[in-house]
Order: sequence, then structure tokens, then C-alpha cells
Amino acid sequence: MTPPTAQDTSAGELPLQQLDRVVIRFAGDSGDGMQVTGNQFTRTSALFGNDLATLPDFPAEIRAPVGTRPGVSGFQLQFSSSDIHTPGDQPDVLVAMNPAALMVNIGTLKTGGIVIVNNDAFKSTDLKKAKCETNPLEDGSLDGFRVIEVGINSRVSEALADSPLSNKDKQRCKNFYTLGLMYWVYSRPLEPTLEWLEEKFKGKDDLIAANQTALRAGYNAGDIRELFQGQYEVPKATLQPGTYRNVMGNQALAIGLVAGARLAGLKPVYCSYPITPASSVLEFLAGYKNHGVVTIQSEDEIAAICSAIGASFAGTLGMTGTSGPGMALKGEAMGLAISTELPLVIVDVQRAGPSTGMPTKVEQSDLLSSIFGRNGDAPMPVVAISKPSDAFELSIEACRIAVQYMTPVILLSDNFIANGAEPWALPDLESLEPFPVQFTTEKTEDFQSFGRDEKLARPWVKPGTEGMEFRIGGLEKAPSSNISYDPDNHQAMTDIRHQKVRNVADSIPTPEVHGADSGDLLVLGWGSTVGILRQAVENARANGQSVSRIHLTHVWPLPHGLDEIFARFKAILIPEMNVAQMTYLLRGELPDHNYIPFNKVTGQPFLVTEVEAEIKRVLDEHAGA
Amino acid sequence: MTDIAQPTRTKKDFASDQEVRWCPGCGDYAILNALQKHMAESGADPAKTVFVSGIGCSSRFPYYMNTYGFHTIHGRAPAVATGVKVANPELDVWIVTGDGDSLSIGGNHLAHILRRNLDVNILMFNNEIYGLTKGQYSPTSPVGTKKKSTPMGSIDRPFEPAQFAVGSQATFVARTIDQDMKHMSKTLQAAAAHKGTSFIEILQNCVIFNKDFYANTVEKKVRPDRTVDLVAGEPMIYGADRDKGLRFNGFTVERCAAEEADVWRPDTPSHAPTVLIAGMRDDPEMPVPVGILRSVEAPVYETGVNAQVEDAIATKGAGDLKDLVYDGEIWTVD
Repeated sequence: MTPPTAQDTSAGELPLQQLDRVVIRFAGDSGDGMQVTGNQFTRTSALFGNDLATLPDFPAEIRAPVGTRPGVSGFQLQFSSSDIHTPGDQPDVLVAMNPAALMVNIGTLKTGGIVIVNNDAFKSTDLKKAKCETNPLEDGSLDGFRVIEVGINSRVSEALADSPLSNKDKQRCKNFYTLGLMYWVYSRPLEPTLEWLEEKFKGKDDLIAANQTALRAGYNAGDIRELFQGQYEVPKATLQPGTYRNVMGNQALAIGLVAGARLAGLKPVYCSYPITPASSVLEFLAGYKNHGVVTIQSEDEIAAICSAIGASFAGTLGMTGTSGPGMALKGEAMGLAISTELPLVIVDVQRAGPSTGMPTKVEQSDLLSSIFGRNGDAPMPVVAISKPSDAFELSIEACRIAVQYMTPVILLSDNFIANGAEPWALPDLESLEPFPVQFTTEKTEDFQSFGRDEKLARPWVKPGTEGMEFRIGGLEKAPSSNISYDPDNHQAMTDIRHQKVRNVADSIPTPEVHGADSGDLLVLGWGSTVGILRQAVENARANGQSVSRIHLTHVWPLPHGLDEIFARFKAILIPEMNVAQMTYLLRGELPDHNYIPFNKVTGQPFLVTEVEAEIKRVLDEHAGA
Repeated sequence: MTDIAQPTRTKKDFASDQEVRWCPGCGDYAILNALQKHMAESGADPAKTVFVSGIGCSSRFPYYMNTYGFHTIHGRAPAVATGVKVANPELDVWIVTGDGDSLSIGGNHLAHILRRNLDVNILMFNNEIYGLTKGQYSPTSPVGTKKKSTPMGSIDRPFEPAQFAVGSQATFVARTIDQDMKHMSKTLQAAAAHKGTSFIEILQNCVIFNKDFYANTVEKKVRPDRTVDLVAGEPMIYGADRDKGLRFNGFTVERCAAEEADVWRPDTPSHAPTVLIAGMRDDPEMPVPVGILRSVEAPVYETGVNAQVEDAIATKGAGDLKDLVYDGEIWTVD
């Protein structure tokens, strides 16, 4: 359990010390390749058999001015031999490629933690760019940490002396040198990265050779230079039996959309306008064309949803994806899909803040706008992904609801899930239950375009069907689909649209209570806080506190059974990365309970320790005897 | 292409059971009439025909056609139609829009559908006014248009729709007039035959808010001298006595004797002639061009999109879900 700390440097033999879990944060310039470094470490650790969780943290600017604090890109991961749920509150090890990376991240490092710094990047000009008046390597800023200085620029130049690459290109291999060094420290195999480089730079032999050489040089430096007084090992985790792969949220989401369309028996048509952090969903799907996936990169957000609606009208499964600002633009068209009752999946990978906000940071602040944010009474089901490994299943769920209830569905994700990675226990594909769409092809005597089945869904007739021609639109309509301004009809249609969405609750399970099914406090979460809340609640229970946990995946309509569950707890703590939106929703829907909001909107996930402290505070103040 | 079916349906078969609710005397009636006639004569299949519209008086059109129809939201018909056509390229898709819907709120989508060259037909009813919102000036109204929202006259210069279209890489641009059934029919026929986006501007009379705005162009007495009907491969001749001609002189169009008129070619590699010809509308001394203003071939968007899917399947094999899920490095825990 102990993190790596300073050891007795007089020890002769290099010991191999076992650790249960380690948190590393790689930090450098946004051009230093820190995301690649982090992803490679993640991948190798996953293949090695560790459990892991990651937190990429990068600036919105592609290349902010070199060496400045706004340009710092970070990647944090926790890897472990036991079950973990978060990327870790505080790193045990910080790798800082320059002074800016050091200064931005040193505050998060665990006391006594290791800092590996590239001291070739601490010249006076570098310090000036990072706005350091004195050199943090000399001025006592790093007292209390174990500092390991490595001249990474020089070491890379030496290692690549024979490479035909330009000096500039050689320096771009620094991240692999650093990665090699960390592989040595944590006893990781080099092969997965060596092979990855061959694939990545296929046909560019000089680049393959240089990066591989840098990786090996870094690894050997650890071995030879006795920098670390020892190596560490984090043994394989005992994951649940099964077949695993490492997956990022947006990729699992994209695969889930393909699966969802397939289970519905429909061609997926994904129309999207690039926006951080949702763009990679479009990119992944564009790579799946041999799975029958049609993608359109639309001219704007409005066009994207409108084309998806057109695709659904024509009898395929229309899908679109975006982030908050795009959701705002799509509002009117969402209303059209609601009014015409066409299936549609709308992915919202949430980011921080109103307007442009903080595009690469995490927040859960689109909850209420997803549920209510349209003109008119315009209800729509909302499903929330909580981690990369459940994105697949919940994307399928969004498709199911869309086609079974003839409704647009919002699928919420966020930047933490989208770019985070974790081992995914691969599902048994045979066990996925199909929900094939039955198009209506014949007019029965009482046929109406807006007639209803038992769920209140209307029939789906696709253009091209003989004898079934009809017109639909955003004007209020009678059940026949003809325009109607009749007051009673509008009342009836509004009521039906609401009830239909409410009926979705009949098809979703009541979420499980983790821990005792009654007690002092229930911690309720939704979305990407799941791992942090799980860890915090487990810790609190280990301390003997009467705390249980529940996590919602279906945030609208709310599942049945919550009222009964909530009644068994004295208080319900709702940590959210917004200003109490779920609390607001629950106070309206299920008003008879004591809800306590706990909110954070820094663009960074909660820390486990923050939630633990809040649990303690609440228990002391509210839920005690 | 399959053989063109013999017309077995009449105009009436294309009329829906809905009561038409445009103002009495509105030019839209004539256009609806022309369309229903065209559908019957061309042997169209109502089940395979889709009318998509945005918002505005013209956009009520789909409700009156006994085909599939989608009355969408303001300005977005081209975006919705893109999804329809890509999802099912076999459908015959028509977009009905107005000058406000297509050139104001929906300008972006119009530009992009034209550059993509989706195989659809766009009917743009141009009455140079906002009808449904009761008479504000539109992006095609001339400078100085005095209406309720512009009591001292509009300031902004109008779009010339044909120039907008060719500037957006349109492959087919035409102009016709609601009062001229014969010309409308001929133009619709040419548009329907074109593979790619056909953009047809129809000068249309709003009898309530911009009555007879085009009277000095299209009224029977003045029309021969005030319009020139451009036909591919024929000299640009007009006038009641067919004695007036047009010719290009550098970057201008000038009037000349009929025998000196240039031959109209809507298919030149450059769209410059269309820009020059369409620009004549700004000059009261010049005739307003109608007919086929541009007609060239280019790859069609939905064909390309679907061909990529087919190519991917042909080269990689039809994907199995397992290939996607069980991809990359996988490991097993016992």
C-alpha cells in the first residue's frame, strides 16, 4: 500500500519492491507528447494485467506558446494490483518535462513523492517562459519531495548520435526516453511500445529506430545509473474472470452505437460537426464503414442533427454527437424530432462552463438542459454513461429506447469518460438482446400515422412504402398527422408525449443500492463520478460509517423505486460537477427526502478525499442520531 | 436508369386531401399546379417521392402533395433532405423553400447542399418579401424596400440567387415564373432530369405583401422586352420582335442586334457567364434572364457516401460486431 518513497541510498543491491498501486502524472508542453506517453504506459499496464484508470488533462490550445504554463499537458494514471475506480487523488510520481509543467503540477504531488525533472529544460529562458523568478530546483520549492534530475535533452542527443534525423526531430523522441525510464522503474515490458512504434510509423524507418532507441536508452539509464535505488513492481490485478481490452470512452461509445443500430436491424447514419471533446466519436465511426456505418461531417451543428432526423425519417437510425455549445444549437431540431416522434440518438460529451467555457475540462452541467432545455413542453429520455467500460452498453440502451419509444434520446458522456481509459470486460455478444424494428407497411382500417401502441409509441412508416404516403412536420398534428390547432388535440398530444417518455421507466431496472439498503446516508451519483464516489463510500464504510451508494444511468425519466429507497435513509448526499442540478431535479420529482448537494465545478473531477470529508461532515451535521 | 414509366397517374393523384390554405391569388397555387402536373406527366411514384420544406408560406407545400412529406424547421430543409437522400438514395427528393428560408436563416445549408451536389431538386419561391411573418423585407428585396420593419427603406444589398448558387458550386441553376405554366413545366422537366442538385428560382407573386413586385418584368405586355429566355446552344435573343440580342464583352454583358447575339452556353467550365448574366437583374436597362442559367455535371454526394461504405465492405469484408469489440490487444483473466 505504501507509495514509493525515498530509500536508503546506501543500499548495495537494487531491491525489487512490490507496491499495490501507483499514481503517475506525466506533464510537459502540449507538443511534448505527454498524451502519447501516458497512453502507452496505460496500454502496457493493461496488457500486463493491472487494473487502471486514467485522467488526461490537456489544454484546449493545440500548441500554446512553448514552455508556458497554459501550454502544459498532463496525463495521470493509476495502476494497481487490486480493484481501483479512480485515477488517484494525488500522484506518487510526477514527471515534469519543463519548469511550467513542474509548477502547474507540483501542488498535487503527494508529500514525499518523487519528481523526475528534465533539468536540461531549466535554463534561464525556460524559467522566464514559465514565469519562475527563481529556479525551483534550487530555491527550496521541492523540499519534501524526492527529486531526480535527468538531463533528458542531452541523454536523447547522445543516444541518437547516429540517427539521420535532424536535431529537432531527435528531441521529439524525448517522451519515449522518459517512458523508457518509467518502464524500468515500474518493471514494465518494452515490447508493446516497440511494436506500437513500428505500426505507428510504418514506412518511416528512421522514426521507428530513433524512438525505439530513445525508449531503450531511457530504460537502460534506469538500470545503469542507479538513479532510483530500486525498482518497483505492481503485480497483476485480480480482475473478474473474463476477456479484457483497454478502451477509451468515446471509442466504446462509437462501438456501442454500431451495436445498437445492428440490434435494431437498422443502418446507422451518424451526422456530426467536429467539436471537442466529441469529435473522436465521428472519427471512430468514420473508420467503421465496413460495418455499414454512414457518416456525414455536416456544415454545422444544426445541419448535423437535421440530417440525422432526415435519416431517421427515411428509415435508418439517425445519430448525432456534440458537446454543450452544439447542444444549444441543436435545440430547435430536437423539438422537431420530439414533435414528429422520430427515433434519434443525440450524444452530448459534456464539457465545462457556459458558452465556449473550458472545452477540454470536465463538468456535468448539461443535465437539466438535456431534460428540459427546449421550447414548448418537449420531453426526451436522457441516459448517462458513467465510465468508458459502460459506454458500450448504454449506447445500445439509448438506441433501444429511441426505436422502441419512437423518440429522440440524449446520451450524456463527459470529457473525463471520453478521453479516459480503463480495462473493459468484453461482453458476450451472443447475449445482447436484439430489438428489431418493425416498420409498418400496411394500412389497417384504423391506421393513423400518430396512432399508439401500448407503450404510446407511434408506428414507423418509411418513405418508399406503397400506399402509406403521409406528411409530418413540426406543427401540432392530429393523430392522422394532419395539422391541427384544435385546443383539445394539443392538450392530448402534449399529455401523450409526456406520458410516452414517462413510460420508458417501465423498461429500465431500479438501480442497485451498494452497501446496506438503509442507513444514515445514501450517496447518489450519476455520470463519471462513479469511481470516485465508490471509493469514497467504500472508505467511509471501512471506517464504520453508515453510508450506502446508488448510481443513476437513466437520469430521465427516473427509474421506478427511488422513492422507496430514499425513504430508508436519513439523508441523501448528491455530489455533482455542476451547481446542484440533480438535487434540483429530485426535489421536484421526489420531494419527500432530505437532499444535500455537494458541488464542484473546477473542471477537474472530485478527489476521493474531498468526498470522504463531505460524507463525514454531513454525517456529523445531518444524519446523526 | 430504368425506362421511364408511362404516365398512369393524373395530376389529381398527386393532390392530398388537405385543403390548400394560401391566400387567394397567391402565386403558390400555380406552382403547386405545375408540380402536380409534372409529377403525373413524368410518371413519378408517390411512394418514392419526398417533399421536404422549411418554414414560410412556400413550406406548407408538402401538405398538399399526396407523396411523402416533411415540413421541417426554418431554413433547415436542405440539411434534413441530405439525411433522407443519403439514407435512401432511391427516393426522389424535392425541397420547397422561399427567399427568406433559403437565403436568410438557411443560407448556410443552401450553400453546402449545392457544393455537395446532392441529387435533389430545390424549388425556391422568390417573392422578395417575408409573407408568413406579415411583410418584412427579405434578403432578395431591393435596397430601399419600405416595409413595417424598414420604414425608411432597407439598406442591405440583396442576394442575386443565381449568383449565390453558382458561387456555391451549383451544377444546375434555373429561373422561371409562376405566371408562365409552360415555362415552369419545361424548367421542372430539365431540373428533374439533372443528376445533382437542381436549384430553381421561381419568381412568385405575394398578392398581400408585395403584390405584382415583378409586374414590370413579367406582365404579358412587357415580358418579351423585359426578359430573355436562355436556352442552351441558342443565341441570346429577346424582344417582342425577336430583334434584340445579348453578347459578352469582357466581363460585361451588352445589348446588341439579334444577329450579333452570342450563343448561350450554361455548361462552360467557368461559371462566370452565369454570374454576368444573372447580374443583369441589377440593371433596369437589361432584360431579366430566365431559363437554364447553369447546367454542368459533377459527382453526386449520396453516391459517393454510399460508395465508400460499399468499397470498405469490398476491401475489408462486411464487418462483424465481434471485430469491433474484440479488437486491438485483448487479454483473458481466468
